[in-house]
Amino acid sequence: MPRIVAHTWWMIGRQLRNLAREPIWIALLLIQPMIWLLLYGQLFRNVVKLPGFGAVSYVTFLTPGIVVMNAFFGGTWSGMAMIQDLDRHVLERFLATRSSRIALVLSQVVRSGLIAAVQALIILVVALALGVRAHAGAPGWLLVLLTSFLVGCAFGGVSHGMALIFRKEATMIAAANFVGLPLLFLSSTLIARTSMPHWMAGLARFNPVEWGVVAARQGVLPGADWGSAAAHLGLLAGLTVVTVGFATWAFQVYRRSL
Amino acid sequence: MDAIVVEGLRKRYKQVLALDGVSFAVREGEIFGLLGPNGAGKSTTVRILATLTAFDEGRAEVAGHSVQHDPAAVRRAIGYVPQESGVDRDATGRENLLLQGRIQGVRGAALRTRVDELLEGLGLAHAADRTARTYSGGMRRRLDVALGLVHRPAVLFLDEPTTGLDPEARAALWEELERLARVETLTILLTTHYLEEADRLAGRLVIVSRGTVVVEGTPEALKQTLQGDSVTVELEAADGERAHTAVAALPEVHEAVLDGRQLRAFVDQGARSVATIVSALDAAAVSIHAVTIARPSLDEVYLHYTGRDFRAEDAEAVAAARAPAGGRGGRER
Ligand SMILES: Nc1ncnc2c1ncn2[C@@H]1O[C@H](COP(=O)(O)OP(=O)(O)OP(=O)(O)O)[C@@H](O)[C@H]1O
Ligand SMILES: [Mg+2]
Repeated sequence: MPRIVAHTWWMIGRQLRNLAREPIWIALLLIQPMIWLLLYGQLFRNVVKLPGFGAVSYVTFLTPGIVVMNAFFGGTWSGMAMIQDLDRHVLERFLATRSSRIALVLSQVVRSGLIAAVQALIILVVALALGVRAHAGAPGWLLVLLTSFLVGCAFGGVSHGMALIFRKEATMIAAANFVGLPLLFLSSTLIARTSMPHWMAGLARFNPVEWGVVAARQGVLPGADWGSAAAHLGLLAGLTVVTVGFATWAFQVYRRSL
Repeated sequence: MDAIVVEGLRKRYKQVLALDGVSFAVREGEIFGLLGPNGAGKSTTVRILATLTAFDEGRAEVAGHSVQHDPAAVRRAIGYVPQESGVDRDATGRENLLLQGRIQGVRGAALRTRVDELLEGLGLAHAADRTARTYSGGMRRRLDVALGLVHRPAVLFLDEPTTGLDPEARAALWEELERLARVETLTILLTTHYLEEADRLAGRLVIVSRGTVVVEGTPEALKQTLQGDSVTVELEAADGERAHTAVAALPEVHEAVLDGRQLRAFVDQGARSVATIVSALDAAAVSIHAVTIARPSLDEVYLHYTGRDFRAEDAEAVAAARAPAGGRGGRER
């Protein structure tokens, strides 16, 4: 076990160091979440007039959703890093070492989660400046961070599994788009669940993005339901285990193809 | 003891039979060459031994461990320099080496010293803290070699290590590899297209063709079967006949052929005979425009052992060269 942890940690270190070296990446990492928040905040300002939003500002309503959406997109695209490692034969180099096999996959998944959490922090700071206050206070903020981490990990697992199966950027882009938009619109990220058509609200219950949105909102909106937050976090954690399992299986498929 | 044992290795990719019964053994501390044309199965063999690729039939052992049944033990013993660079381009040379070293179980001060030593030894010290993206192809290649060596493996696999290196860097890497093989009692399995490289480095080698070993022997023995080198003299004036007579009379010249202003002499060792040839021409008052020595290329050796127009009179020489392998070959096909 300590070997898996150490190797995962070192591999995460490699990925984050490489990322930190690219100024463009850092800029995108910082700017993208703010654009979501400011753009959607303006674009859908009138939505608050719809029923079902309670007594909060739309930005407040939107913040947890944006955090989760950002984590979801980040996770879904995170497998591109794996494709790059495949193309550049970096993965093969590690496979011929005594590197823990699981760490090679796990590090990528945890990295997706960590980056999602860092971006969540940025969004929260911007939101704070826009007057958003978490009703649950500090625990509420932590809940949002934890949720974004789990959403990043869960979809990071899916994305890396797909990357290891497709092994091609073009296929990967198509697949990420195929998964991305439907899941986003089948959630209450941008609109309240009560204003969704009945069938949509029903489907949303099975949508992991929605699990994240529901959990994160408990930390921000008034009337926090901690039981529901815990339940949804549990679902996300379970999903992460499943998707990491999927990615690990895909990794084995890849190794057998060598 | 043998550091590497390969016996009857077979590997089929969907369409292609990549290995059709490859066998050889590499002694501990030896530099062993794996030669062959494109697609012969060199990389496949190395990748199997490096535990990357599974095989269908046969037996493979590295450092006393079964590749099939105990890949983890094999990985602990080996360094692998793949044909295609596996360098992380977004990281610096030093970061690449430090991570690889940690994963391979080297820590702390020992790791830092080792990394400095390798960067120095492979001529990368000046670029150690630049991202590998900024490296030239040759620098990246040398970093690949360093990555394979960082944990002082017992067995090193080098898949075309000097492809893409300029002659100077190639010679420097050869020297470094020779030094390492000596100092660190390293066993090296080297694949290459350059007979010159195998000649310089390898104590013994096999030539692989279409997935089978066609010949095994020392570089010297293989070259002997090809009648050595050719020395080509470009003559200044049309006094070819006189030149031909003078050169053909020399005892070390097996044969001399005149082709216009070009005189080719076949000798055992071009470098040694060239002076004799030049002074013989000098004595015959023939003026020389240029002299070149050509060594048998891999293509020639390869064609010699596998070519379809394989001549009967060569069969004995081949049999002699194969003897140590107990030869099994693609020639029967
Ligand atoms: N992953 C793969 N899938 C299908 N066929 C493969 C694969 N890898 C190698 N082959 C085939 O196996 C054969 C041997 O390939 P290999 O790479 O071992 O040759 P090589 O001797 O290293 O050649 P080169 O000198 O070009 O590097 C070739 O016919 C090649 O097309
Ligand atoms: Mg090859």
